[in-house]
Amino acid sequence: MYHKEKSIQIKNSASALYNNLGVLRIAPRRLTYFTVVHANVVNMVSASWDGLNYSHRQLQSKEPNVATSTSLIMQAAFCALPSRDLLVVTSQKGIQIYESDGSIMVYWHALDTPETPTAQAVFARGISAVRENYICVGISSGAILVFDVPSKGSNITLSEVLEEHKESITDMAAECSGSQECIADLVSADDGGNLCVWKSGEEFQLLNNIPGFDMSCSSVKLWKGTVVAGYGTGQIRLYEAVTGILHAEVKAHARWIYSLDIAPFSGLLLSAAEDSLVRVWHLSMTPETNSVEVAHLHNECVTDTQICGAKFCDGDGYAFAVTGYDLSEIIRYTQT
Amino acid sequence: MSVRTLPLVFINLGGEMLYILDQRLQAQNTSEDNSEKGVWSENDRRRVMNDIVGTMFNKAFMDELLKPQQLYSHRTLKTVLTRIAHASIMRLNPASMDRLYELMVMAFKYQVFLCPRPKDLLLISYNHIDTIREFVKDTPVVVNQVDETHRKIIEVYSSLSEGEFQLLRQTLLIFFQDMHVRVSLFLKIQVQNPNGRFALSTSGPVPHGTEVPGLIRTFDSKGREVRRSEFPTGGSYSSPIREGCFELHGDRIIRLGLNMYVLTSVCSRLTFLSTSVTLQTDDTPNLLAKEELNLLARLMGSMKAENKPKAETGFRINLFTTDEEEEEAGASCGAEESLFGVINIQAMQDEQAATELARIAGQFAEQQEQPENPSGNKGDDLLAMMDDL
Repeated sequence: MYHKEKSIQIKNSASALYNNLGVLRIAPRRLTYFTVVHANVVNMVSASWDGLNYSHRQLQSKEPNVATSTSLIMQAAFCALPSRDLLVVTSQKGIQIYESDGSIMVYWHALDTPETPTAQAVFARGISAVRENYICVGISSGAILVFDVPSKGSNITLSEVLEEHKESITDMAAECSGSQECIADLVSADDGGNLCVWKSGEEFQLLNNIPGFDMSCSSVKLWKGTVVAGYGTGQIRLYEAVTGILHAEVKAHARWIYSLDIAPFSGLLLSAAEDSLVRVWHLSMTPETNSVEVAHLHNECVTDTQICGAKFCDGDGYAFAVTGYDLSEIIRYTQT
Repeated sequence: MSVRTLPLVFINLGGEMLYILDQRLQAQNTSEDNSEKGVWSENDRRRVMNDIVGTMFNKAFMDELLKPQQLYSHRTLKTVLTRIAHASIMRLNPASMDRLYELMVMAFKYQVFLCPRPKDLLLISYNHIDTIREFVKDTPVVVNQVDETHRKIIEVYSSLSEGEFQLLRQTLLIFFQDMHVRVSLFLKIQVQNPNGRFALSTSGPVPHGTEVPGLIRTFDSKGREVRRSEFPTGGSYSSPIREGCFELHGDRIIRLGLNMYVLTSVCSRLTFLSTSVTLQTDDTPNLLAKEELNLLARLMGSMKAENKPKAETGFRINLFTTDEEEEEAGASCGAEESLFGVINIQAMQDEQAATELARIAGQFAEQQEQPENPSGNKGDDLLAMMDDL
């Protein structure tokens, strides 16, 4: 179903972090941007669709004007809002927001770090664009910061802090089907496997809290009102977001899942784990019976590699890209 | 990232160091050239083990490590581990210490990489502690220290969630990133490939708490299962084996963290093929070195006084096959070697130590060309450990 394409070489290897691959497709310029985190650096590659041009850039996580303060980065992700695309980088020190090509930092938010380290680590992790103008970022305390983003310029403001989760946020995702009918806009996941479902607005509203089972949910997606969650046990669960009804449970992987992605136009689901396998599934909804079907389509094995990032490169799922711990390349697959 | 890595790092790296030293000290007795220089008595070996384990599991030292803090750099870790090794009558040339460090780190990287569940990092650590306890079992005072530390570790880490353990593991994996030193033992038993990467199997038992993949279950709105279907996994997995014991004593079940040099009698050599990527971060000026060295000062200060033997009675260990190789490697050590050559680290909490360490900070910051330090230790050598080729 898929075959391997030529890999893109990156300057450093990927670190073992959840959801460690960002992809942004820029159709008008026939380019795709990729981001891969390595310790305290974000490797950015801009790849032209004809496969002839690659340009690289590296971003460091640091406070502006402070020379020595680099810290480990937890995640880098693109936020595609209707008015603009931005790149968000979260670290132990804070949150940086850049223009999507990484050229200019437009916003910096520092985390409250105590003088002497406490038993709990401090960091930001979990990034999502929501609706027209919000970017949400999770914190190790379980709080979620909601930023209001203007259509241009750097006047980004912290609009709200959502305090519902008691454990560190692992991942967040916005409804990606494009449908305006869906009530739920955002789902957030934490280290205990708890899922919170939100409706966005001037004040975000908690629609549902789906309890976990004491196992970290490392990656989450929201599509057509269905939450798709990947866990440390290698399980994938599908819940109806607003009601919390469990639609399906898949014993998908033999090790910790690190990344999930959905191609919104086709309903293809991508899952990747430390067991070195990437799997492609198909989700289909039957609104009449309120059920969701999961069908397995394809496997790819990246030999001897613990995969840390996997994303579709387009809305149909025609191609996908994969990163692995200690690997200095972005591996690509395209449909045959 | 995780602020709880240090105690586990020292226990596991220290454990690997002891496995290697124990193996080297024993190999000494089978030296082919029959020279007097090559012999370590049973007493000497026990003494070395007791001294090192006693220093590593020293209460003040462990208490310092148990404070929540970020992971140190490779350079700092190597310094502290050298200090621990030199708490015994044994001496390591900087080049040998470098090699020893690489071996230790690659072994630990292998264990962390293949750790079935993040929580199993504890079982790996307990495997190291169990074996260490065996090394010093004839000295109750030291066994006590080991037990005390073990109890503290159980106390601190038992309450961590799987997610926090995974964060700890991810922090360690970042620390080991890009290290692909080939270790002949690992190559021989095929846990490592010729390109330096570890083999990851797609068969075998799944970790405890995970179910064998291959099943899709669908439910109705009332929670009743309406459909089951299977899918091909591309691997051949089996049910998990029983969970290991997290108490002070017990069967840990998993094998990672046990003494591979003993288990695999296949290979008694510790030769190296080529080194690959060196630790890049060590070459660039570390702007946070001063902060780390303050931590280092506190750590050293909490360790017991250094055993300073007279030069004539010091025993030297060489991790290379010949003295010539060690010299060559030593000559190419560059800046770091003269660092070792000049410093005389005292384990005393005093002004002098603090100033000394501040001076080290200065040396870290400037990466100048250091004059080569020709192996002046040659005259002090009482032992040359010859490996059989």
